[in-house]
Amino acid sequence: MFKKDIPPSNRSKVKSSVQRGLRQRFVEAYPGFEPYIDDILPKKAQLDAVKLPEKCTLYTIDSTPLFYQPQDGPPIPHLKLIHQYPTALPTVQIDRGAIRFVLAGAALMAPGLTSPGGRLPEKENALEAGQVVAVLAEGKETACLVGTLKMGTEDMKSKGKGVVMEDGHYLGDGLWRMHLD
Amino acid sequence: MAEVVQSGPVEAQARHVVYCGVCTLPPEYCEFGGTAKKCEEWLKEKQPELYQRLHSEEAISANLSTLSISAQERAAKDAAKKEAKAALAEARDAERKAASKVQIKRVERNKRKHVTVIAGLEVYGLENKKVAKELGKKFATGSSVTRSAAGNEEITVQGDVSDDVQDWLLEVYGKEIPEANIEIIEDKKKKGSS
Ligand SMILES: [Zn+2]
Repeated sequence: MFKKDIPPSNRSKVKSSVQRGLRQRFVEAYPGFEPYIDDILPKKAQLDAVKLPEKCTLYTIDSTPLFYQPQDGPPIPHLKLIHQYPTALPTVQIDRGAIRFVLAGAALMAPGLTSPGGRLPEKENALEAGQVVAVLAEGKETACLVGTLKMGTEDMKSKGKGVVMEDGHYLGDGLWRMHLD
Repeated sequence: MAEVVQSGPVEAQARHVVYCGVCTLPPEYCEFGGTAKKCEEWLKEKQPELYQRLHSEEAISANLSTLSISAQERAAKDAAKKEAKAALAEARDAERKAASKVQIKRVERNKRKHVTVIAGLEVYGLENKKVAKELGKKFATGSSVTRSAAGNEEITVQGDVSDDVQDWLLEVYGKEIPEANIEIIEDKKKKGSS
């Protein structure tokens, strides 16, 4: 989604009523962030909206990115926020071989997760298609990708192939490199 | 960031993650960025502990664990290609910098008034807006980003401060701009065009 560089764009202040709604939505979508929400988005802080391509909007406090929101979807945490709170989102893990493809903006494929270096949750914690997850990598501590699953984790295990995620936000993409000062 | 310590069920505060000063990624991902060598130098200097951890023998052998030999070879090839590409881009950039000039122009506004126009800073990675502000402060005068007739950004400083600007540029940004790449030009158009 953010393969290309994003030119600097206009920033506008978010009305406090809208800000409250966003905060609510964010916590509902990600209960894992709830204990930290007052640190992430203090009630009195001024939230700014920055326009992104494809009718996406990025929300920031000053130059700190928090989350972006596609036109018709839930807010998705920026990778920097995920790095600060690594346990707030459900995670899956890709093997080392898949890292370079992910960082080049390729779609995430099931074999990268089902191989020995990958990791998927146990059946009782299975993740469904449509859920937003952080993607970790073999041997690394920080997430390299975040996005919406196109396939449930149990399906990945049984099929072992197919596209698992596309249009995610990955390390080094346009959103990551965007200047927000 | 979160300095207020709260008592309560919140188990951990925000984790502070260091990002690479060269490629901006978390340093553990520098190897994929195409500037791995430069990143490594940066890390060694700025974050020696992290450097130790990432470049220890165990860390390196752990990296090779689950990949098949052919996949390892492919990844190495890919990394080498990326590195070569980055080196080429860097060489091109250096060439451009060497060939380019920062022009400091003394422009006559009317008989006694001059302005100083500075163009070409952006090639050296300087931000016109920021430099304009700094110049305004330094010389206690009006200084702003303007556009030339050709549409390029330049900085217009009120007053004839060409020589001072040159000295200041060399003092503050001498690392970025070699002295030979700064030239002072007299613009002697005698039109009261203002
Ligand atoms: Zn780096």
